[in-house]
Amino acid sequence: MIDFTVVDLARLQFAATALYHFLFVPLTLGLSFMMAIMESVYVMTGRPVWRRMTLFWGTLFGINFAMGVATGIVMEFQFGMNWSYYSHYVGDVFGAPLAIEGLMAFFLEATFIGLFFFGWDRLSKVGHLIVTWLTAFGANFSALWILVANGWMQNPVGARFNPDTMRMEVTNFAEVIFNPVAQAKFVHTVSAGYTTGAMFVMAISAFYLLRGRHVDLAKRSMAVAASFGLASALSVVVLGDESGYVATEHQRMKIAAVEAMWETEPAPAGLTLFALPGKDGNAYEVKIPWILGLITTRSLNTEVPGIRPLVEHAETRIRSGMQAAADLEAIKADPKNQAAREAFAANWKDLGYGLLLKRYRDDVQNATPEEIRKAALDTVPDVAVLFWSFRIMVAMGLYMIGFFALALVLSTLHRLRQTPAFLKLAFFSLPVPWIAIESGWLVAEYGRQPWAIEGVLPTFYAASGLSVVDLAISLGFFVTLYTALLGVMVYLMVKTIKAGPASYTLLEGLQGSSRFPEAAAANPSR
Amino acid sequence: MTQLPLDYETLRLVWWLLLGVLLIGFAIMDGFDLGIGALLPFAARTDEERRTLINLVGPTWEGNQVWLILGGGAIFAAWPALYAVSFSGFYLAMITILLALILRPVGFKFRGKIADPRWRALWDWALFIGGFVPALIFGVAVGNVLLGVPFGLDGTLRPSYEGTFFGLLRPFALVSGLVSVAMLVAHGAAVIALRTEGPVAERAGAYGRMAAAAGFVLFLLAGLWVAFLLPGYVVTSVQDVFGPSNPLNKTVTLAAGGWMANYAAHPWMIAAPVLGLGGLLVATLTLGRSALVGLAATTLAITGIIATAGLSLFPFLLPSSLDPAVSLTVWDASSSHMTLFIMLVSTLIFLPIVLAYTAWVYRVMRGPVTPASIGRNPNAY
Repeated sequence: MIDFTVVDLARLQFAATALYHFLFVPLTLGLSFMMAIMESVYVMTGRPVWRRMTLFWGTLFGINFAMGVATGIVMEFQFGMNWSYYSHYVGDVFGAPLAIEGLMAFFLEATFIGLFFFGWDRLSKVGHLIVTWLTAFGANFSALWILVANGWMQNPVGARFNPDTMRMEVTNFAEVIFNPVAQAKFVHTVSAGYTTGAMFVMAISAFYLLRGRHVDLAKRSMAVAASFGLASALSVVVLGDESGYVATEHQRMKIAAVEAMWETEPAPAGLTLFALPGKDGNAYEVKIPWILGLITTRSLNTEVPGIRPLVEHAETRIRSGMQAAADLEAIKADPKNQAAREAFAANWKDLGYGLLLKRYRDDVQNATPEEIRKAALDTVPDVAVLFWSFRIMVAMGLYMIGFFALALVLSTLHRLRQTPAFLKLAFFSLPVPWIAIESGWLVAEYGRQPWAIEGVLPTFYAASGLSVVDLAISLGFFVTLYTALLGVMVYLMVKTIKAGPASYTLLEGLQGSSRFPEAAAANPSR
Repeated sequence: MTQLPLDYETLRLVWWLLLGVLLIGFAIMDGFDLGIGALLPFAARTDEERRTLINLVGPTWEGNQVWLILGGGAIFAAWPALYAVSFSGFYLAMITILLALILRPVGFKFRGKIADPRWRALWDWALFIGGFVPALIFGVAVGNVLLGVPFGLDGTLRPSYEGTFFGLLRPFALVSGLVSVAMLVAHGAAVIALRTEGPVAERAGAYGRMAAAAGFVLFLLAGLWVAFLLPGYVVTSVQDVFGPSNPLNKTVTLAAGGWMANYAAHPWMIAAPVLGLGGLLVATLTLGRSALVGLAATTLAITGIIATAGLSLFPFLLPSSLDPAVSLTVWDASSSHMTLFIMLVSTLIFLPIVLAYTAWVYRVMRGPVTPASIGRNPNAY
């Protein structure tokens, strides 16, 4: 039988390591592009301040990148370690984008990041600029493939269950890649990363301007960050992944939970501004009419279903899933049973719903009505957590649009230094994008529960058969090491920021002055 | 699915070869980083010397480590059952590897940021652990695969594991672990000898010759152990090489000298262990004296040693000591025909590109690493 303590600990470990990894990834995505923009300006104008900017932000980027790499290895291996049944069950589909991520994206990023730091005196100006851009593109391709994999967890298209191998197998890989949920998530997530990078640059530059230090560098950095940040913050909200939410049944459940909307409302549904969601309804709520229906369905007459009707529907699918499980047993007993194969081919899509019953009994085909009801109620995610994390995320997103718009106005009017109140606001806004992205992760992934793969594989059924001791040891080590490293990282970042970019002047005039004559000869422009 | 241009049997064989290519690629490319990490406190004594080694590895180790990440991803995609069973079965060993590997990126990046000697010594030992521990455990894991791993599969193909962490430390597995350490330390030393000058290069050469000699003896010992003492696994039913990937459809027995069967049937395969031994022997004689020959020798030795493990096991990927019939083989633990094909196309497109730009980066960064060359770069570690 499944040990639910182990499942809960494995989930806690995955959430902790993923949320932690996700502190560094968005900053990598955003800063890499901003560095590439700054270096492009340097190459075009030849003004050394832009190279100093690239080097300074690059140093902070490097500290952050090291943490991203350190915590990323864990993510690549953790599926097999803690989610071995998941790995067997969906590896045929889910493993491919992860492997392609390594081949196409992470190799690019990780190979050129070394040259970004070590190639300044060995490459021409343009050569180094290309390296910087390739690093940034590598990081963003990485995000694409990871989100193709993640999008498939939310909307498992292009695959079907094979009773002979007891797992999901690819039928159409193009559907997996062009999964609308994956594409929406990609745009939303990388835009959130760009916003994070922009806020990071804004806050630290504001600190310098408040102190009157490194004014040239800080003013220009803020100008870049303001425009980049405004464009990104707008795209996060406008291209929010709500557009992907209508795609599937559980995504609808997620929307209903996010809105704490228990019953289906006449279209277009109202947006719940405030509520106190309980386990079975809201104690109190304030609604704005029409808005939700317009956002999620982009129409006036499409209904957004509520939680209770979705539970009823889940119950129907669980009953069908029991039959699918029975057919699968018949195929296993006699692989030549054609009648069972045909029956299974007709309703295999509900097998995952049948597996929800594994929480209550092993022989799911004999489940009682009470067990079916309990399993159907299990499809409701934690409404209160989703409701509030979504609102926090949206509030932070809207705040950042206003913030960057103001920043752009002040920067364009050259009034940044004369507005210390704004500079203070910028400095204290530093945590805002991180609050938004971690809340967003909770909405997307905690909101996916009880599924590991929506409608296909329940989370509790996907875990490895490890012991509580195994999990206690690994979780203890991760928490200790990660906490210590975060402390060291923040300390080094603060130290680097306080020291400022001055020390980089020693590189002036060095670029391209390689001691390799043939490299210099290959770049006759100098 | 019959419309795919390559049949299922061929694709499984190709992916078995590619698994070998990725593991050998990892051991050659990131292996010298691990070896240099393990040598760091010994081959380099002053801070300047240690910075020389760290900055030798610094510009390229991140790209090299992707061989490991890609190895993990490719096993997930092409051999999902292997990924599921081995990573969860070796859970605490994997956690130990991960903790050691986590120390590397931060070690390289953080060490040079503060000049305090205690701070730097702390990260020197972190980098030592980050190199030595994975090198050892990867070898121990391969040894355990040859011994058989105590896992089972139920009717839904859910893996279970009956072993413990300390159960991995059996004598043969420890010898394998030491072979791995010796081979990677020798390889790391060969790179140091090629890329640095002065006392560090000399010390690395001496350690490298010792490691290569020890590797030679240990690899020979492991080979004799496999040939004369260790029972191997043999499939006793006919496996459908085109069939669905389900490890429950065969029978397997243990036989004395079973891991030698492939060499008896295909004598050319003996080239692999000969290459391993020959490479280590040449490395013992030349390492640090003729830098290029030494590096070529350790590179060939790594290729031969990993190929030996793979060829001995074939067609097994992961034999089960608990229930030999559920052992994972090349014919029953792969991805679907379609996925293997898609992954092969992706690999044929992207791997040559990766190799090309990696070669270019090494070309840009070529030349000896000296205190003067480090001093010129404000980004140096």
